[in-house]
Amino acid sequence: MASLKFNNIYLNDWLTISGPLESNSKLKKIDLKMDDYYYGAKTFEQAEAKMQNVVIQKLLERNKLTYGDIDFLVGGDLLDQIGATNYASINIPISLLGIYSACATFPESLIIGSMILNDRSVKKIVGVTSSHNLSAERQFRYPIEYGAPRPHTSTFTATAGISTLLSRDIGKIKIESATIGKVTELGIKDANNLGAVMAPAAARTLYEHLTDLKRPLDYYDLILTGDLGCIGGTIFKEYAYKRYNLKIKKHLDAGCELYVKSQETYSGGSGPACLPLVLFNKILTTNKYKKILIIGTGALHNKTFVNQKCTIPAIAHAVSLEVE
Amino acid sequence: MNKDEYQKLVKELSPKEPKLRNAFVAFLVGGLVGFIGEVIVNILMESFGLSRVDSYAWLAFILILFATFMTALGKFDNWVAKAKCGLIIPTTGFAHSVQSAAIDYKKDGLVTGIGANIFKLAGSVIIYGIISAFFLVLIKVMLYG
Repeated sequence: MASLKFNNIYLNDWLTISGPLESNSKLKKIDLKMDDYYYGAKTFEQAEAKMQNVVIQKLLERNKLTYGDIDFLVGGDLLDQIGATNYASINIPISLLGIYSACATFPESLIIGSMILNDRSVKKIVGVTSSHNLSAERQFRYPIEYGAPRPHTSTFTATAGISTLLSRDIGKIKIESATIGKVTELGIKDANNLGAVMAPAAARTLYEHLTDLKRPLDYYDLILTGDLGCIGGTIFKEYAYKRYNLKIKKHLDAGCELYVKSQETYSGGSGPACLPLVLFNKILTTNKYKKILIIGTGALHNKTFVNQKCTIPAIAHAVSLEVE
Repeated sequence: MNKDEYQKLVKELSPKEPKLRNAFVAFLVGGLVGFIGEVIVNILMESFGLSRVDSYAWLAFILILFATFMTALGKFDNWVAKAKCGLIIPTTGFAHSVQSAAIDYKKDGLVTGIGANIFKLAGSVIIYGIISAFFLVLIKVMLYG
């Protein structure tokens, strides 16, 4: 059994900060905005830590909460040793659980937060995640000013930070159930086609979710995958049909829904912040969908293993959300 | 669906890179760099009275300075994205790779940052350039004495 059901656990509030490119994209609403990639910090890595720190502080401020009201902080990011989350938490006296599932970190934070909230003595949890285009470029690809030609299958790491507030108090969105993914790889080695790396993991988690909870595909108004990109999204649907006989119709991919064409991001956006950014600042603003299944997809890309000619494994976690 | 079938599916659904067009653009841009180089060499020879060998040395210096400067201004990577290998293969590409690494690692310290990483991309060009030169000279000496 890979799935869990939750009782009365709600996503009460959230706050996002979006980068310069994201603020002028297909998003319908902007919470906080960064005018440049440094965000007043000395380096891009420090800027990412600051983004996380700010979204946590502002979320607490808006809900009139103090650090003492929050029992646990659950979060992670893409940087080595989840550096952004660790440095963001230096001046935040809340017990921290650092997590990593690459770009599936956001649903993982919701799942772990909801699991902790099953304990009745726990009142409130804050989840946090982020990605920063330039700190990710530096870590995973080339120096920032180096102009390596990119293939059309490549995606663009979104710059954003997201914080969420979880509790048992009735709120806007109910976290109804979740499925924890299994590591999946189908022999793809191309770090410029991460959509193809992650698509089988997303399809597998979707299939296990539906099987475990005995639900038909049209139970959901929308299946929102994290950052497969436009090309990865097509591969996902085709693979799900051929492998699991799932004919997916009501599907959107957050990566494909983020940028406009002139922003030249090729297959679309990616990064742990991509899925929550599109979910909160685009999908939920429309009030069109009641039952949403989000599937965060993470390419477990490790440079050392890839250099040693290993394939890239992927993982996908799904969370079922019910909009009240 | 096994791994081979999946890879076939991925190949089918991923757009093809316009290799012929990229090669043509690279040919034109690379040729243009060569043409400009030849013009500069002629100017150096005619107007400054330099020998052909000295002019080539000055030309390399000018091209490297130009690429380094444009990388520092944040323009060169955008040009490469359009011109593809037309700007990477000439000496401008080498200068660009060194300069972009230098800018990137500046904040990570003089030794642990710049020192350790400045040849991150260019290192391969240097090491394999030297090795190939060694063997080519060896072959030349063996054939022609």
